[in-house]
Amino acid sequence: MTTSSDKKPNSFKALPDKDGHFGIYGGRYVAETLMPLILSVEKAYDEARADPAFQAELDEYLKHYIGRPSPLYHAKRLSEHLRGAKIYFKRDELNHTGAHKINNTMGQILLARRMGKERIIAETGAGQHGVATATVCALFGMQCVVYMGETDIARQAPNVFRMKLLGAEVVPVTSGSGTLKDAMNEALRDWVSNVDDTYYIIGTVAGPHPYPAMVRNFQKIIGEEVRQQMMDAEGRLPDSLVACIGGGSNAIGLFYDFLDDEDVTIYAIEAAGKGIDTGEHAASLSAGGPGVLHGNRTYLLQDEDGQITEAHSISAGLDYPGIGSEHSWLHDSGRVNYVPITDDEALEAFQLCTRLEGIIPALEPSHALAHVSKIAPTLPNDHLLVMNMCGRGDKDVFTVAEALGVSL
Amino acid sequence: MSRREGRLKARFENLAAEGRAGLVTFITAGDPNRDISSAIIKDLPDAGADIIELGMPFTDPMADGPAIQASSLRALEAGQNMNVTLEMVRSFRENDDDTPIVLMGYYNPIYIYGVDRFTEDAANAGVDGLIIVDVPPEEDAELRDPANKAGIDFVRLTTPTSDEKRLPALMGGASGFIYYVSIAGITGTKSAATTSVADAVARIRKFSDLPIAVGFGIKTPEQAAEIARVADAAVVGSAIVQVIADNAEKLGDSQDSPDLLDSVLGFVSELAQGVRTARS
Repeated sequence: MTTSSDKKPNSFKALPDKDGHFGIYGGRYVAETLMPLILSVEKAYDEARADPAFQAELDEYLKHYIGRPSPLYHAKRLSEHLRGAKIYFKRDELNHTGAHKINNTMGQILLARRMGKERIIAETGAGQHGVATATVCALFGMQCVVYMGETDIARQAPNVFRMKLLGAEVVPVTSGSGTLKDAMNEALRDWVSNVDDTYYIIGTVAGPHPYPAMVRNFQKIIGEEVRQQMMDAEGRLPDSLVACIGGGSNAIGLFYDFLDDEDVTIYAIEAAGKGIDTGEHAASLSAGGPGVLHGNRTYLLQDEDGQITEAHSISAGLDYPGIGSEHSWLHDSGRVNYVPITDDEALEAFQLCTRLEGIIPALEPSHALAHVSKIAPTLPNDHLLVMNMCGRGDKDVFTVAEALGVSL
Repeated sequence: MSRREGRLKARFENLAAEGRAGLVTFITAGDPNRDISSAIIKDLPDAGADIIELGMPFTDPMADGPAIQASSLRALEAGQNMNVTLEMVRSFRENDDDTPIVLMGYYNPIYIYGVDRFTEDAANAGVDGLIIVDVPPEEDAELRDPANKAGIDFVRLTTPTSDEKRLPALMGGASGFIYYVSIAGITGTKSAATTSVADAVARIRKFSDLPIAVGFGIKTPEQAAEIARVADAAVVGSAIVQVIADNAEKLGDSQDSPDLLDSVLGFVSELAQGVRTARS
């Protein structure tokens, strides 16, 4: 089954199929050398999922090491300022290491240990996934190699140093534009060269099957917690959900549990960089088209010859010319609204949130905040809006200072 | 119209009759530019290439090492695209209707060109086979079926990680020849031990009667000769591409490139000599 169906599915939670397809998206477009390995990851993951001991161990670490559940916080001053919807932040920036990324790295490193792998590789853009990977590698005493584009190394120096402190080797990637896409190419090259002892912890809901489904399943705890917390706080489900999207792991983490709740409106915010019409953006769904890269079919930024074009965003974590394959399917099915937000809009929202709530958001969720600022004033006071505060902004203060013309 | 089925089959039959292995030479189409690349291709058969493997450049060649990555970027910067690549094949066919041409690359440029349109245009240009690195058997029906329908062989890859459980499925849809990737890794890096290659070839033979070509890590005429003793063809790519790179640096703005051509073809002749004398 490789064709997208026009009719509305019975459930938005039934995919992927057994071969990892979300409609025409997803799949396993990797070199033959990696196929047996990817099949073994899938098998090990299926066994782990069915094993209560695996989930129990993960739950222990989620609770006592990461600090879950993260709070659902009513952002009163921002809500008052915007005069509209009642705004809640899902505080995943309060997780250990400061972002949602560790929900996934913890799950995957437990899987890697189960598989008897000794060496961990990862790609990183903003460095949040790299830090989250280096952290769990330190925790379990495993060798860690993180591929990071040299452009990103320059703009995310604090995270580079954190990874090194945690004992990881950070390999600068100079090919291409030196950003997340190139780091992922290099990680795949490493994996194909070290198939026996190495496990690749992919940081987002992209890559070959089973990664998009597996990473989603490790992140969907975000939305499951929100459901319970919102029932406790308001006695009903939220009316809308907002999350930023690069590869899309925090977004699918928040959305997944609500996909079949039709009354919940869902917004995913893509990075429009300097503006969609400038060509300097990272909005794969708003301005790209379906293609095949990094193991899956999904929307990509590309030229008319199928060459991948450079993404641009002030936020290193959104600076990727693709998107998770499940998001491509959710986009085509119309279940999720994908909306672009520019660098400038994100910067403004970054400052607004910092001053009104005393929370310095990462530049990634600042994109989601900017959309909240746009829609909240148009919504009634009893509209319950949840935004995923998926990362804290300490790593971004230098980038923001530069963008605002402040020299530190 | 240069469409003709069976060039690969005929070439391997001739090689078998001669009692020797073949030399498959890889270069990236359009590297360092269209004119020089066309001139190289034109002369490859005379230099001793039995089969021409032509890379379709891609921005993100994730299974390739530094040499072929750089060659892809040189070609793209010089303006190479799929239309030009097929045009180069068409021109080559005006003078050579026998040497098989196999296009190698990644799926996205084909997917965007349109699979059916691509397989038709490629067959009409005179392409004989396809090696698409990131389309494993689990996904390849969408490309393999249209290719076969157009008369193009779909070359399946096997690797050191393809175990006996997987091999039968790999052979199932294969045509043209089997490409054994002799190392677990990217192009142009490690080299495999000849004994391990011989074992792998024997393993593959149990499941397929197709000719077996071996590639990855073959850099010298001596290594090519060693492979030629145990397989039906030796594939050399990165080492040839590196000769282009070394000479392209000296090229500057000049479009005239006798040194580059001589160096590349000279190296190919040495490789061919190694392959042709391997079993004597």
